[in-house]
Amino acid sequence: MNSNHISGAEIVIRCLHEEKVKFVFGYPGGAVLNIYDAVFQQNKFKHVLVRHEQAAVHAADAYSRSTGKVGVALVTSGPGATNAVTGIATAYMDSIPMVIISGQVPTYAIGQDAFQECDTVGITRPCVKHNFLVKDVKDIASTIKKAFYVASSGRPGPVLVDIPKDITAEKYEFNYPKSVHLRSYNPIIKGHSGQIKKALSLLLNAKKPMIYSGGGVVLGDASSQLTKFVRAIGAPITSTLMGLGGFPASDKQFLGMLGMHGTYEANMAMQECDVLLAVGARFDDRVIGNPEHFLSKPRTIIHIDIDPSSISKRVKIDIPIVGHVISVLTDLNDLLSKEKIKQNISLKHWFKEIDQWRSTNCLSFKNDKKLIKPQFVVQTLHQVTKGDAFITSDVGQHQMWAAQYYPFDKPRRWINSGGLGTMGVGLPYAMGTQLAHPDAMVACVTGEASIQMCIQELSTCKQFHLPIKIVNLNNRYMGMVRQWQEFFYGNRYAESYMEALPDFVKLAEAYGHVGMKIEKPSDVEPALKEAFSNKLKERLVFMDFITDQKENVFPMIPNGKGLSEMITAEDL
Amino acid sequence: MRHIISLLMENESGALSRVSGLFSARGYNIESLTVAPTEDASLSRMTIVTSGSDEIIEQIIKQLNKLIDVVKVLDLNDGKFIERELMIVKVKANAQYRDEMKRMCDIFRGRIIDVSDSSFTIEITGSSSKLDAYIESIDKAAILETVRTGASGIGRGDRILKV
Ligand SMILES: Cc1ncc(C[n+]2csc(CCOP(=O)(O)OP(=O)(O)O)c2C)c(N)n1
Repeated sequence: MNSNHISGAEIVIRCLHEEKVKFVFGYPGGAVLNIYDAVFQQNKFKHVLVRHEQAAVHAADAYSRSTGKVGVALVTSGPGATNAVTGIATAYMDSIPMVIISGQVPTYAIGQDAFQECDTVGITRPCVKHNFLVKDVKDIASTIKKAFYVASSGRPGPVLVDIPKDITAEKYEFNYPKSVHLRSYNPIIKGHSGQIKKALSLLLNAKKPMIYSGGGVVLGDASSQLTKFVRAIGAPITSTLMGLGGFPASDKQFLGMLGMHGTYEANMAMQECDVLLAVGARFDDRVIGNPEHFLSKPRTIIHIDIDPSSISKRVKIDIPIVGHVISVLTDLNDLLSKEKIKQNISLKHWFKEIDQWRSTNCLSFKNDKKLIKPQFVVQTLHQVTKGDAFITSDVGQHQMWAAQYYPFDKPRRWINSGGLGTMGVGLPYAMGTQLAHPDAMVACVTGEASIQMCIQELSTCKQFHLPIKIVNLNNRYMGMVRQWQEFFYGNRYAESYMEALPDFVKLAEAYGHVGMKIEKPSDVEPALKEAFSNKLKERLVFMDFITDQKENVFPMIPNGKGLSEMITAEDL
Repeated sequence: MRHIISLLMENESGALSRVSGLFSARGYNIESLTVAPTEDASLSRMTIVTSGSDEIIEQIIKQLNKLIDVVKVLDLNDGKFIERELMIVKVKANAQYRDEMKRMCDIFRGRIIDVSDSSFTIEITGSSSKLDAYIESIDKAAILETVRTGASGIGRGDRILKV
């Protein structure tokens, strides 16, 4: 044997070093013991030990969402891998670049129903961008190289590498490929110049142009190009839940989020525009509601997306432009700079119409003397953090309120599960984000049901000194479920009441953190100020806000209805 | 409409299940699917017979192209093509049926590849609809067993699917 041969486990570690990985989120077990032994003997990346594999994947996912780098998780075979599946599917639905390394039983035991064996590649196939089973120590390095390349290029996504235990013990020389080429995978970067010209001329000559931007802008790091372009053409812009921060929310051209709980003005403008530019967005059901209703209004649609299969999937597109958002927007900006932009008078009329929709003030709510309004908590959070925090969230009403009442001026600040809608992501998302940005303010806006889905991670937060601020909007209900039951199921609140809730203050304290219970509106601001004060700078603070139980999220487009068929708070 | 889609993909374990999984996960039809290695051992060629509206076929092609193992996709229906399927049928060939089965086999240009006292085993190739027509034409009571390969297809003339 050659003296420069190292074990497969060491090869795995060296690959991660080559990829300049800073954090690996994981949990050990039999099939990955060799890898863990190699983790122990290195100090180039930090291993973050979680308390459940689901949280490892979520935390790695948030590390990626908040930095743009590839997140890395390491789990064992069998239950380790199956626990990771929710995290992987969550990342897949939102196109997050990640590499998940899973241990597998030894090659000779595969198919024998060995202890902790499961078909990880089979189970994860429908929720990864790609996956690999490594069968030879010689292939470890090239496979991991491919995994990072596939995860981070084109439309990003999670890639899983399953490595049998015997492969990690065998020895081979380490040789990390400098580059990869896959003949079957060539993502298109540059948009078609003819289409781009057409798109620009349509937008400049539109009477009611509208921009609809999505998560692709954030993932593609194209927000400065988008902002430049939108400001230059002067059109109104809306964003999906995933796209928030891609264009500054404080800009007057911004109409707020669109979709099921979007603003009145954003949804109406989306419906009434004559030329629509969609950038890195996918016209999903929570965004445009019923596609037939949407198409009942004629308009010309331009769609920029890196994934050809996103184009004309739910809505027929007139001008498709396949390419990386940065590249296409840069081309648009270049073309525009050569153009003499004449004052588009129609825009003035268009904004007049929009201002009328705006004047409905659809996000206004009445504060109460006794009951804490959840919207008020989020607004105050925005004030206290001066709009400069990273906000993670779970799934439910609190998620929508966070999106509606915490305007984001920068991309990668809003970290939540849009596509899969996974309850439980909030706390692990805050962990990944805080580790990536140790000096930043990170708040997790959550609900008493969601937070309990990964509550064990309070222990991880203690171990790694993560000073996350948890804003629990505690309405004693699975609020979003209750809201649907109120509207569409005759107030029959089947199993949506959260009985036997723990004392969250004591719970936080039991894990070694600071707990606060806030029951009066007048205590909201002082509590948040204290939590973000220098005194508690190093501490995780769990703020349990006892909120108005029956508050609903408005506006709302009922399932299957169209964009202009919103229910507002006034209607009820 | 019925479409025949040909694709070349990396000859890797699991590649077939990526394709079949895509069809079931997205609710696309598969009438038949055949796969075998090509003259280049690193590639397999698959022929999928499916049906759907133009929009669905467009999505199928895009989704297939998106699979990392898929190297090239061709919708044969975009141009002229030839389609062949092989069927092996075992039919009754006792005194009552023997002559008729021989005659029908000839009409459909089949070949009898195995004979016993009471049965013929017949090989027929052609488009899937020709094979259907054969089955329609003979007495159902005479059919003992059938096996079909599913359609394979290839473009006419200069239409070539190759890496
Ligand atoms: C893992 C998972 N299970 C179930 C659901 C369905 N679901 C969506 S919102 C919700 C209730 C969330 O309640 P809570 O966390 O208290 O937030 P609230 O809506 O009250 O703000 C449920 C059960 C889900 N999104 N994820």
